[in-house]
Amino acid sequence: MKKKAFLAAFRDTLPVMTGYLFLGIGFGILMYEKGYGALWSFAMAAFMYAGSAQYLTVSLLTGGASLISTALSVLFINARHLFYGITMLESYRDAGSKKPYLIFALTDETYSLVTQNTPPEGMSKLSYCFLVSVLDHIYWVVGCTLGGLLGKALPISFEGIEFVLTALFVTIFTEQWLSTKEHRPALIGVGATVLCLLVFGKDIFLIPSMALIALILTISRKTGRRKTA
Amino acid sequence: MNVTHSILIIAVGCIVTAITRFLPFLIFRKGAKTPAIIEYLGKVLPFAIMGMLVVYCLKDVTLLSAPYGIPELLGCAAVALLHIWKRNTLLSIGGGTVLYMILVQLVF
Repeated sequence: MKKKAFLAAFRDTLPVMTGYLFLGIGFGILMYEKGYGALWSFAMAAFMYAGSAQYLTVSLLTGGASLISTALSVLFINARHLFYGITMLESYRDAGSKKPYLIFALTDETYSLVTQNTPPEGMSKLSYCFLVSVLDHIYWVVGCTLGGLLGKALPISFEGIEFVLTALFVTIFTEQWLSTKEHRPALIGVGATVLCLLVFGKDIFLIPSMALIALILTISRKTGRRKTA
Repeated sequence: MNVTHSILIIAVGCIVTAITRFLPFLIFRKGAKTPAIIEYLGKVLPFAIMGMLVVYCLKDVTLLSAPYGIPELLGCAAVALLHIWKRNTLLSIGGGTVLYMILVQLVF
């Protein structure tokens, strides 16, 4: 691999590096505050490798959730991956031995890099995707593990650090809002979830929310088409 | 902390996460055309899901007793305004989180 091409790909991942270190450290510290040390954070970063699901898992761990509710909550928070996979079907079709890892490592951020960027000169698309996937994974593992170690060393109070997750989603929500004029899906997402929160209560509202969102989106698509027809 | 139960919870989380990532590749193996409704949902769901996740994060906020969700409201507003202003992901996340931590630790 040419050094120049490697550096170009590395430069593409810099925003993700900063974000993953920041959010990873936040995760490691949060885990530490709940009594789970660096080794736990390392293992979760290496083998689960999913930001929002890992944060969710912290509350499942401390709340002593059942395995079924764990499976369902993680499934519903990560259901969005299904759609990332659908867009990458073609690109990863002939990835050979790299394919399982490429699919495993397809996070929100890696997905956005490999779909938006073109590989640098002298590097194939697949090599680029693989390199970005590995680098991002390393940043996340280092961040999470570092947070678990720092949690012990830093005398500052970290009450409120869990807000990084809320801030992440508000940031993406705002970015999406600015990037499109079609605000219906975003409003349906907020509206249906608030409604289900009020109706079903905060323990089980996520699953009915997903169902309601999918239903309203499907219906509104059909009526939208009928209007234009 | 129950170590065995914790390990099981994490293992289930790992397996389910992997399933969500591998499933599309297992279902649509060979040249099969992706159904139009899946393509459509794939396009619009990310927007709806992000709204859902914001609400999910705020589900424990108490509006009817102190501090009335004020730190969360100010934190979210700071994130959104920072992002509209500079459109720098890290600045938005970092700024809003620091403000929130200051609010819950020193003000409320």
